[in-house]
Amino acid sequence: MASEIKQTVLHLSDHLPILQVVVPMLIAPIIVIFNNRLIAWLLSFFGTIICLIISVALMWATADGSVLTYFLGGWVPPVGIEYRIDAANSILLFLISVISVIVMFFSSNALISEVPKEKHTLFYACFLLCLTGLLGVVATADIFNVFVFLEISSLSTYVLVAQGSYVDRRALSASFNYLIMGTIGATFFVIGIGFIYMATGSLNMMDISERALELGNNRTIQAGFAFIIVGMGLKLAMVPLHIWLPNAYSFAPTVVTCFLAATATKVALYVLIRFVFSVFNYQYGFVSEIFLFLLMPLGIIAMIVGSVIAIFKQNLKKLLAYSSLAQIGYMVLGLSLLSEKGLSASLVHMVNHGFTKAALFMALGAFIINTKNPYLSSIKGLGKAMPLTSAAFVVGGLSLIGVPGTAGFISKWLLIEAVLEAGYWVVAVAILVSSLFAVIYIWKIVEVLYFNEKPENHGELSFYLVSPIWILALFCIFLGLNTGLTVDIANMAAEILF
Amino acid sequence: MSYLYFFPIPVYFFIGAVLSIFLPKGFIKSIFVTLVPVIALVAFIYGDYTNGLKVQFLDLELDFMRVDKLSTVFAIIFCIASCLGNIFAFHLRDTMQPFIALVYAGAAIGAVFAGDLVTLFVYWEVTAISSVFLIWARGTEGSYHAGMRYLIIQVLSGVVLLYGIALFYHDNNSIEFSRMELGSLSSYLIFLAFGIKCAFPLLHNWLQDSYPSATITGTVILSAFTTKLAVYALARGFAGTEILIYIGAIMTVFPIFFAEVENDLRKVLAYSLNNQLGFMVVGIGIGTELALNGTAAHAFSHILYKALLFMSVGAVLLRTGTSRASELGGLYRTMPLTAIFCLIGAASISAFPLFSGFISKSLIMSGAGKEHYQFIWLVLVFASAGVLSHSGIKVPFFAFFHHDSGKRPREAPLNMLIAMGLTAFLCVYIGINPGHLYSLLPYEVKYNPYTLEHILTQLQLLCFAILAFYVLYKFKQLPSEERGVNLDFDWTYRKLLPSIINILVRILSNFEVGVLKFFKTVISAFVYGVYSLSGPDSITTRIWTSGTMVLCIAIVLLVVLGIILI
Repeated sequence: MASEIKQTVLHLSDHLPILQVVVPMLIAPIIVIFNNRLIAWLLSFFGTIICLIISVALMWATADGSVLTYFLGGWVPPVGIEYRIDAANSILLFLISVISVIVMFFSSNALISEVPKEKHTLFYACFLLCLTGLLGVVATADIFNVFVFLEISSLSTYVLVAQGSYVDRRALSASFNYLIMGTIGATFFVIGIGFIYMATGSLNMMDISERALELGNNRTIQAGFAFIIVGMGLKLAMVPLHIWLPNAYSFAPTVVTCFLAATATKVALYVLIRFVFSVFNYQYGFVSEIFLFLLMPLGIIAMIVGSVIAIFKQNLKKLLAYSSLAQIGYMVLGLSLLSEKGLSASLVHMVNHGFTKAALFMALGAFIINTKNPYLSSIKGLGKAMPLTSAAFVVGGLSLIGVPGTAGFISKWLLIEAVLEAGYWVVAVAILVSSLFAVIYIWKIVEVLYFNEKPENHGELSFYLVSPIWILALFCIFLGLNTGLTVDIANMAAEILF
Repeated sequence: MSYLYFFPIPVYFFIGAVLSIFLPKGFIKSIFVTLVPVIALVAFIYGDYTNGLKVQFLDLELDFMRVDKLSTVFAIIFCIASCLGNIFAFHLRDTMQPFIALVYAGAAIGAVFAGDLVTLFVYWEVTAISSVFLIWARGTEGSYHAGMRYLIIQVLSGVVLLYGIALFYHDNNSIEFSRMELGSLSSYLIFLAFGIKCAFPLLHNWLQDSYPSATITGTVILSAFTTKLAVYALARGFAGTEILIYIGAIMTVFPIFFAEVENDLRKVLAYSLNNQLGFMVVGIGIGTELALNGTAAHAFSHILYKALLFMSVGAVLLRTGTSRASELGGLYRTMPLTAIFCLIGAASISAFPLFSGFISKSLIMSGAGKEHYQFIWLVLVFASAGVLSHSGIKVPFFAFFHHDSGKRPREAPLNMLIAMGLTAFLCVYIGINPGHLYSLLPYEVKYNPYTLEHILTQLQLLCFAILAFYVLYKFKQLPSEERGVNLDFDWTYRKLLPSIINILVRILSNFEVGVLKFFKTVISAFVYGVYSLSGPDSITTRIWTSGTMVLCIAIVLLVVLGIILI
């Protein structure tokens, strides 16, 4: 075990894995102390940018397949907490950091229309805590630490969702439902951890996987796995456990929705991936049975049903939320193939869909700033009144459908390739059918946007609102043309995990 | 050799299209748009593309410029057609249509040069999406819906193609676009995708539905690219596939009947377009050097004379506001030049000696004859007679001669006359000097269309067809001068299928509600206790939803535990 690292000499670069998590965590209380709206925003924005720089440095360091480990307080695992960064989580850290920077920038002007000014400081504090939680879940290699960070992010998310109540009181009940579901999920997760700890006596991922191998066919570990699957299934909104998601996404403030849709469910899925490949051995019979008989059918159902429901929704936030369910179905499906290609497709789709959905929600948010409600009928003709925002929405929509030249095409192509490699012809057809549904619901919006008379009282928004939308839209195109950033790293990650 | 020459040819079109947006509407813009295809053609002729333009993307090798004789002939005629179409549209003062016309032509040319299936797919979709704007540009309610139907079919073709390509890549670990055998699922899917775009029988309705709905200039441009691109793709991928002979033979015959009874002259031309495609498909199916030459040559001359016919009918539509046979007639008095050009187009499509159709169609016919497909040969002869009747005689006769409709429109605008004149000149020039076209063809041509026997046979055929038309006309048996809607196969998918899908959709849309209802009955006892405690309906519903969610979780947990532990 590589326990002999020198903690005496303080090189900043050695501490990047922990700084990634600690920076937003420390800024959160500071801004509460200052209690000034402008300072709060400046510090939060500054913090997210530092996070982004750190995540890029980490991705740079792990792109060649190497693994960075960091022992918290110098305590060597399995006793101490270990942070472990490899290609798989560095790409997610990057996604979360980039999205948080862009969302932060967007919120400087967008938040004012949804949340009263005096709440902004606390809002940003919650936002940073949520960011901390998400980054921590991804960075750590200690399963109890995963639980702790998951709760940090979840608790702050409940608060953030409830902030939508200034516009629509239903945000409160949506948040409450989310709280119940999320708490049950977290409880199940911690029960699962308890079972594992009972059987192996360890909380470190690498350590557990070694000890579990010695234990062989152990009922306690299997039960623990069952609880973890269901707990994480709740957090990532796997289909029968998804009911919290549409309401939470549609009643939360736009800024929150953007951030959550792009990151929160992906992080939960990442935890599942970590557990399947690093903690348990995916070659165990019970793991592959669950994936083949439960997760794959559920993923396919999510793909189809989510898209079909999205077609009929008039509330555009709900429409995009249901489309998110379908996209999560794609990711679950890729994972459930338990093959290197499937896993890498799943990882790529996480990133690509993160950018795509963030772009769509943000453009929609910009429409709502003008129209004050999220219904289809209210965006009539905005394609002419808000040409830049609408064009960005179309780019995001194309990427969601999977048109070549956009990010969505790359991940769907990889997914279809992986599915065909496994020999599931029918599933490949289902992916295409679901994409066709996506064409329908995106077209429905585009039609209303462009094929109506130009409304008189709406105009294009300011630079501060349009530019972050376009940054995301350009990411959708960039990732569709240059696959070096996503596909290569995801392949590397899949190689490491297998 | 300048570096500039190494751009893929479609890039010239795309750059030109983007620049055209910024030019002021008017003379300069129209000139520019007309010159873009010429520049591209010159760049292509002087460029050096022997090694293709290969790019690595993911683990695929894309080739943007595969230049051989087959792609060359199609690229040249596409450039010419684009130029002529833009001259015809010279008078337009619009931003979108010139832009779309260039993008569409560029994409079609890009698809022709695509050396791999992925590039082909991308351009395939671009042609579909760009061309629909030419239909929508007309701005009527009908054209909007026709455009939607067109788009759905074209995108469907693209999706089928993509699925076929994915399977093909999986089977062969290669995406090179070369000749393939029908046999595996992938090849059938690719074949079907090509077939939709080529308007195979029963897949053809989008063509007659959409082309006549486009703008006057849009139809001319539409008629050149989409279907001929499909012909090229079939010739490249499925040359010598026998089933194509029979598909093609059916294609040549059945549109004749629809064309005979149709009243809208642009629709008549759309049907005859379908019929002409049949000849090309037969040529591909036969697959000999002679027949493939015939297909390429026929595509070349067909694009010209079909464009010419659409132009002349378009000019009539522009001046009189209608293209219905029942409302036209006697226009030769005031539109003599248009009438002459229309007659030249009609003579070409009917394959009169000295016109372009004659020297290209005979290659395919001889190809069929040489391979001893006697029956097919007879079908083609019959179809030729049919073409003469509905396109060669009916279109010019009802529009420009026949009884006097009383309309006295002005002659077509100058730019249209120039476009028609140039196209007509090319039709005649190719007919008189077939050698120039023959030298472009994929294989060496040892064929002389102007033998005494051949000319005599053709003239006999033409005379009898004219006689038949005359007899029908004299006895007032010609069916076409009524307004009416003719039912075609598209009834099945425009009326029957939607009603089925409607039912399915209703079932699916009720799905989520249904599931929740199911849970409601299962746990109604549990819910009742909560309900009685929690007061007003609205709050109850919310709490009940949480309960449902929790029950859902419990069930999933049981299933997971069940799978693992049993």
